[in-house]
Amino acid sequence: MVKQGVVPDELTKPFWDAASRGRLVIQNCKSCSRLQHPPAPVCDKCGSKDYLEWKQMSGRGTIYNYGVVYDCPVRLLQENQPFNVAVIMLDEDRSIQMFSHLPGTPVDKVPVGGRVEVIFEATANGQKVPEWRVVR
Amino acid sequence: MTTQNAPASMYRTREGLGIWEHRAKVAAVGVGHSPTARRWDGRPETTVGAWSIMALRRAIADAGISPDQVDGLVLAAETTTGAYWPAGRPVPADIVNAFHQTNDPLDGIAKLSAEWILKNMPELKNVKFSMYGPGCMSNAIVVAAQAVGEGRAHTCLVLKGWHNFQGRYYQGGANAEETMPGNRAVGGLWGTPASYGTALQFAEYCHKYGKSHDMMAPFMANSRENGLRFPEGYWYQHRPEHLTAEDYLAARWIAKPANLFDNDIPIMVAAAYLFTTAERARDMKQKPVYILNHAASRGRPRSLTPTLDEVEAETASTARKLYEGAGITARDLSFENMYDGFSLFHQFHIEGLGYRGIKFGEALDLYQTDISISGPNPVSPSGGNIGSGRSRFWMHTDCIQQLQGRAGARQITGVKPEVAVSGGPMPLGGNFTVWSSTPR
Repeated sequence: MVKQGVVPDELTKPFWDAASRGRLVIQNCKSCSRLQHPPAPVCDKCGSKDYLEWKQMSGRGTIYNYGVVYDCPVRLLQENQPFNVAVIMLDEDRSIQMFSHLPGTPVDKVPVGGRVEVIFEATANGQKVPEWRVVR
Repeated sequence: MTTQNAPASMYRTREGLGIWEHRAKVAAVGVGHSPTARRWDGRPETTVGAWSIMALRRAIADAGISPDQVDGLVLAAETTTGAYWPAGRPVPADIVNAFHQTNDPLDGIAKLSAEWILKNMPELKNVKFSMYGPGCMSNAIVVAAQAVGEGRAHTCLVLKGWHNFQGRYYQGGANAEETMPGNRAVGGLWGTPASYGTALQFAEYCHKYGKSHDMMAPFMANSRENGLRFPEGYWYQHRPEHLTAEDYLAARWIAKPANLFDNDIPIMVAAAYLFTTAERARDMKQKPVYILNHAASRGRPRSLTPTLDEVEAETASTARKLYEGAGITARDLSFENMYDGFSLFHQFHIEGLGYRGIKFGEALDLYQTDISISGPNPVSPSGGNIGSGRSRFWMHTDCIQQLQGRAGARQITGVKPEVAVSGGPMPLGGNFTVWSSTPR
């Protein structure tokens, strides 16, 4: 299931560069000791940009919830309908979410609360993107 | 005259602000609607600009005043339902020649500036105040109410128009591209339709409270029934079809657990209201509907999509703001007209309000009672977007008309319409208004 390619911008380039090297990094405010995702120019809590860093994650998490997409607006993905889109909570902070198609998991058979681990998939332009696989 | 977005100071975003300083000093009087259409047919007289002019003129006439008495205009400049003018396609000459143009050739077709309205409505010769309430009518209403309260305008038109072009919505533009910018791709690569986030929250809601999607059927049928009593609406005008529980539950999925009918149908339409001071309103043609308060939700999720906990915390906060500023409690609500497009979040709004005493997790039980206009628990008497198509303003029109006693076949009979609340769109991110038939 090949997703649209990604053209990294200044803000998100570290996230995408890390993904291409097989690492999952999330923005972290050193002052607040607080992760934030999606990335932002400043810390959501203290408003500072000076303490933001990119912190490597373990790549492990839990499935929080999911929906099944039957009518996808993105042309490139329409041939794959229906498909799962799950919300993953990271082990480091369960408030931090990532989306996943859960490759390998049958449609509408998503184990909510189940454990997952990150993998990295190539998109249409070769840029790798974090994805998640259910840990059996 | 340069038109700006309303400043943050015009919104009541926090709890603890006390009674709204302009409580019951601003009133809605006139209502005007254009016809509806599923999509634009390409004629000059059916552009979003033309239909907005029609709605504005009808609102002025409905209030029984002359256009030169209007001194304010508040509108939302965005008009898209998700349809965009194809890049590079020229605007047809008959459209260009039919209107006075601004510097933007798509003004009046795929967007709407105050400048365009004023150029094409020369009768509004005394408008000295204009402002944008971005997004939807819920925002524009709040800005207009605050503007009249503050004395920025005395007699103010409030406008929202929608355009919809040929083709399936949200299927063009960035969604048809091979690549996506990095900042959007972080949460946007997974191809989720607009209702996905709401579907997630609904799934969590059902899991937490032991509810199910089929419990939505009475709400959906009731909304369509109310819509079929709304002569200004899309289903009334074009597809007078009832929606049975069987129809609803058999519909195809869009983003399971959200199905086709849980998604509102995009249409073309415009509506306008005329607001003025409570004092001036007494002499106008229609009965004044007093604005007791307005409040805004500016909540943001911690991460990619709001959780149920975040939704419930925000709707409860919005309700506290509304009640505090209006000086009322949930028990004072005769009926509610909270936003419903997507249907699967209407229950979040009314649970936050504590409508009819319900708590979190109880709205779908309320839906199993008599929620019709003739019952004790009227829910969405406007029919909302589900009953009349995507406009995000049926609920406001209905509140005004119900409290004026001129909602026609929709007029609530099960309770006496005295105080109502409307607004939206989202549980996290919206603007809300408390209306009253008297100054209280």
